Amino acid sequence: MAKITYHTQDNKTHTIDVQKGLTVMEGAIQNDIPGIDADCGGGMACATCHVYVKEEWLDKLPTKEDGEEDMLDMAFEPKNNSRLSCQLIVSDELDGLEVNIPSKQG
Amino acid sequence: MNKTDVLIIGAGPTGLFCAHQLGIIGLSCEIVDNLDKAGGQCIELYPDKPIYDIPAVPECTGEELTNNLLQQIKPFNIKFHLNERVEKLKNNQNRWHVKTSGGVEFDVAAIVIAGGVGSFEPRKFPVKECEKFEGNSLFYSIKDKSIFKNKIISIFGGGDSALDWAIELSNTSKVNLIHRRDGFSGVESNVQKVKNLNEQGKLNLYTKYQMESLSGDKQIESVKIKHDEGEIKEIKSDYVLGFFGLIMQLGPILDWGLNINKKTVEVNTENFETNVKGIFAIGDICSYPGKLKLILSGFHEGALAARGCFKYAKPDQKLRFEFTTTSKAAQERLGIKK
Repeated sequence: MAKITYHTQDNKTHTIDVQKGLTVMEGAIQNDIPGIDADCGGGMACATCHVYVKEEWLDKLPTKEDGEEDMLDMAFEPKNNSRLSCQLIVSDELDGLEVNIPSKQG
Repeated sequence: MNKTDVLIIGAGPTGLFCAHQLGIIGLSCEIVDNLDKAGGQCIELYPDKPIYDIPAVPECTGEELTNNLLQQIKPFNIKFHLNERVEKLKNNQNRWHVKTSGGVEFDVAAIVIAGGVGSFEPRKFPVKECEKFEGNSLFYSIKDKSIFKNKIISIFGGGDSALDWAIELSNTSKVNLIHRRDGFSGVESNVQKVKNLNEQGKLNLYTKYQMESLSGDKQIESVKIKHDEGEIKEIKSDYVLGFFGLIMQLGPILDWGLNINKKTVEVNTENFETNVKGIFAIGDICSYPGKLKLILSGFHEGALAARGCFKYAKPDQKLRFEFTTTSKAAQERLGIKK
């Protein structure tokens, strides 16, 4: 298990123990965290699991695959710390990760 | 008014195979889809990407799967209504009266919703005032390009739609192309063309910029764009175009009185009927305990929903289970000559 903190638009903070091997997106969906749609189910084909990663975590994350940046072009208000949460696989290294969920997914 | 046994909403793989199953048991159907072609997510999201888990098909692309399904339902001459979104349903003496966005009307015995994750709609700008100009000087798709002649057009996006239109419109208009990063998702030849046009001064390329605000009275007059580092530029524009791909929205389905849970429609697993009699839901849009969002599950759901439609379409007849291998009736419907 690793602790992942989701900050949602209603100014609430949800800290969840997410099983290693699941994605940050799956951690949100399974725990009913609002604001992550994940329409395509984790296929990097829809950009509706977009999150903003807390700056200090950016370098610790796995680097983006080619398609991720292309999909982020489609996301709602992408920023430099934008990631698709379906591409972030939970591991010991990500224990303590904090993400902000955007106001909309599209 | 189109009178048929069943209306299928959604021309993705699940909807297409359900049409086949309806045809086999002797029911007629027509299919409505919001996109301009059949195939649903297979065509819109991954036409060229391989799929490896269609039973007995080791590998195929989204486009090949769609073409094979269309081939399989060819004997039934099914009528497609593309570029139409179903808006209204009304129950009328055990039949359904259905109306689409384009005013097409249907009189049907049952409805099968095979709508995926909803209908595809263009993704919009996050900036609030965009709504005010949408349809008059701000567009997410182009119907009549002649209106742009000799005007100043600001195009946002980095995919092929944005690049294609930037290249094409730069012949007759003054084009600004604005994108949030230096990289583009469009094909390399398009990216190179845009860079060349920029160097020749035939187009202005702004990368690492995003829209900040719009101003204008009735029509757009200028756009403010903001650089990653905070610098803001104001550029004169008669029109603004945004190409950010498509997003799936449940849309009018929400208003039909169905039990909806997390953007999906609850169904029973006996015949995939919803809480509303005569309305079925199959594929990604339906939910039940154990639901697996795979194309193969959608095929199974479509086969059962088709049989569930039978009692509404032919209330006086009994449906007998048959195999296509041996059923004369099924083979006749398939147009097989021996």
